[in-house]
Amino acid sequence: MPERKFTIQKPALTPFNVVAGIIVVIGVVITGIRFTQGLAATTNLSDYNPWGIWIGFDLLVGVALAAGGYVTSAACYLFGLKRFHSAVRPAILTGFLGYALVVFALHYDVGRPWRLPYPFIVQSGPTSLLFEVAACVALYLTVLFIEFTPAALEWLGLKRARSIVNKLTLVLTIFGVVLSTLHQSSLGALFLIAPSKLHPLWYSPYLALYFFVSSIVAGLSMVIFESTLAHRYFHDKMDAEHREEADGVALGFGKAAAFVLAGYFVMKVIGLAQTNAWGYLSTGYGLWFLVELLGFVLLPCYTYAIGVREKNLKIIRWTAAWTVLGIVVNRLNVGLIAFNWHLPSSERYFPHWMEIGISVFVITLGVLAYRFIVTHMPILYAHPDYDKH
Amino acid sequence: MSISRRTFLGWLGAAGVGTTLGRPAQAAGTANFTGYPDALGVLFDATRCIGCRKCEEACNKVNELPAPVKPFSDLAVLERRRRTDAKTYTVVNRYENVPGAKGPLYRKIQCNHCLEPACASACFVRAFAKNSSGAVTYDESVCVGCRYCMIACPFEIPAYEYDKAFTPRIMKCTFCQPRLLKGQLPGCVEICPSEALTFGKRRNLLKIARERIGQFPARYIDHIYGETEMGGTAWLTVSGVPFRELGMREDLGTTPAPELTKGALSVVPIVAGLWPVLLTGIYAISQRKDKVAREEQAAAVAEAVTQVRAEAKAKLAEALAKADKDKKAAIDKEVKMALADAAKAKAQESAAAPAAAPEKKPS
Repeated sequence: MPERKFTIQKPALTPFNVVAGIIVVIGVVITGIRFTQGLAATTNLSDYNPWGIWIGFDLLVGVALAAGGYVTSAACYLFGLKRFHSAVRPAILTGFLGYALVVFALHYDVGRPWRLPYPFIVQSGPTSLLFEVAACVALYLTVLFIEFTPAALEWLGLKRARSIVNKLTLVLTIFGVVLSTLHQSSLGALFLIAPSKLHPLWYSPYLALYFFVSSIVAGLSMVIFESTLAHRYFHDKMDAEHREEADGVALGFGKAAAFVLAGYFVMKVIGLAQTNAWGYLSTGYGLWFLVELLGFVLLPCYTYAIGVREKNLKIIRWTAAWTVLGIVVNRLNVGLIAFNWHLPSSERYFPHWMEIGISVFVITLGVLAYRFIVTHMPILYAHPDYDKH
Repeated sequence: MSISRRTFLGWLGAAGVGTTLGRPAQAAGTANFTGYPDALGVLFDATRCIGCRKCEEACNKVNELPAPVKPFSDLAVLERRRRTDAKTYTVVNRYENVPGAKGPLYRKIQCNHCLEPACASACFVRAFAKNSSGAVTYDESVCVGCRYCMIACPFEIPAYEYDKAFTPRIMKCTFCQPRLLKGQLPGCVEICPSEALTFGKRRNLLKIARERIGQFPARYIDHIYGETEMGGTAWLTVSGVPFRELGMREDLGTTPAPELTKGALSVVPIVAGLWPVLLTGIYAISQRKDKVAREEQAAAVAEAVTQVRAEAKAKLAEALAKADKDKKAAIDKEVKMALADAAKAKAQESAAAPAAAPEKKPS
């Protein structure tokens, strides 16, 4: 293979860089206010609404959309679907960045972020589902970091360390799936303790299962969605293997997503029957529930299937984006919109602009980190000096 | 190390005694906890409360909470529906025009000190404790500030100090635990001028409540709020009107909060134990399938090669045989032709000889 030549764009004043720069500056300013004046100065949180978008979006959505790492590595390394190999590294990278940013964002939300390790080093509360979430997220972030290191080690030329990490692939992948199953589901199970606050259409003993199964959908769709964006902006960084496999990845993942969405839809309907919440369907919340269930679960299930049957990548890629939006809608529904539905509208929560500012800031940091890494490290191409990982 | 016979027998005895004295009935985690037997509680009688806010004032004083903007004697604040917040452990709300009531009704709100508190179950650093006194207390020295207790609490009691940047705490009624330990009454109970608050052991309070309801069935709703709600609470309420008229939720059910998450937590060992086995199995099967496929492919290729080779050999042999035959035939033909030629030549020769013979014959 011929020597690759990298053309790193010199920091020019491209529109993207200007916008990203402005967001980062605003984010830094809000960060200053948050950590000197507290949550009251930067958020609309209240005693009725202790969790806002820093949990509802940054944590719940962030973790779900970072599921591509475990889904893809399981498909390739455990289920033996080698034709998805080129998708593993980008998925691991976005998973790692996703989780890193989730943990980063949590520092804004909790009152005393320097105590975040307390559940593990000072006093544990294992009866709490949040303990399970915290333990699994902490461990899984470590796993993702190790899974990501081969790319960094290749970049740094540390062959010995890279070969050691390589041998851990199988163990790490299994560990990653176990941890992901546990914390993806636990994020839903967090709300099991509050049946009197979450709307009956969303409250279900199946909440944990819903969150886990929909995280698979989120992971599959995010891989397709991210690869669409990567092809648009980083096409020159991809090697022949990546370019050749990309369409197959979209078709294969689209097919899997269609099946999982179908299963998820059936589960949701069974859940409705189990809690006997049919009566609520004719209310305003019921309409919104149907929008989620039909518009963001059944519809993408159908269009994924059509896209796969017709081998129409355009449909599949649009469906992936729509499904990702559906995951956002679902997590916001459970965490914020259908939560505290019993309160009068004057007591309901709407995010402060600074809360939105921090969420946008965190996403921007993720995009910038992704851009730096794919332009410097072998993510979208295999390093010529190394065997297949 | 040597063990004397005496020591050994001692150990044996200790082990035996330990087994007999153990409490096998409580060994499993599924024991039904109905609260500490002598736990204290307070009975709030909504038919007696006059909305004077003295309890709010006493609470503020004994807990050294910041002074309110308006004095406690100002009853205008009752116009608004209030809740507990970071500066207030207890509030009294007024409910006007309640059907069946002659005048306005009042309800005191504070932590109900659940028998199995949702906040304690939800806390991932065990900052909350259910004390044997009955009080649910909070330890700020470990609190991370995740506010999951506020999500979990069905009575919407815990409040948070959002305005503090460095030492924000959860704020909620402590049942005046420090005062209880000193043998004093909770601040609100001590000051209540209308005996709307009755302090005592919870089991006695239940009796008192039942007696009141029994004695004045027309005055009370036949229900003690907190006897079974969310598995039971230390603070109990009796009322003359349905509890929903006093802003109390009647749909909380009787399941204690820890029960709600038990199922989800029990999945952990299943997943942690089963997934690695299943996934390794899937990996092994996929590897095995690959291997078998490779082997089958190799075998098929080998077979195809041998077959082709054999066919080629046979063809070659046939071709060779044919070539041999052809050659032989050609040779035979040549030989035949040669012989024929020779015979012909001989015949011609012999034909010519008699003619010439006479010429040779001399006279």
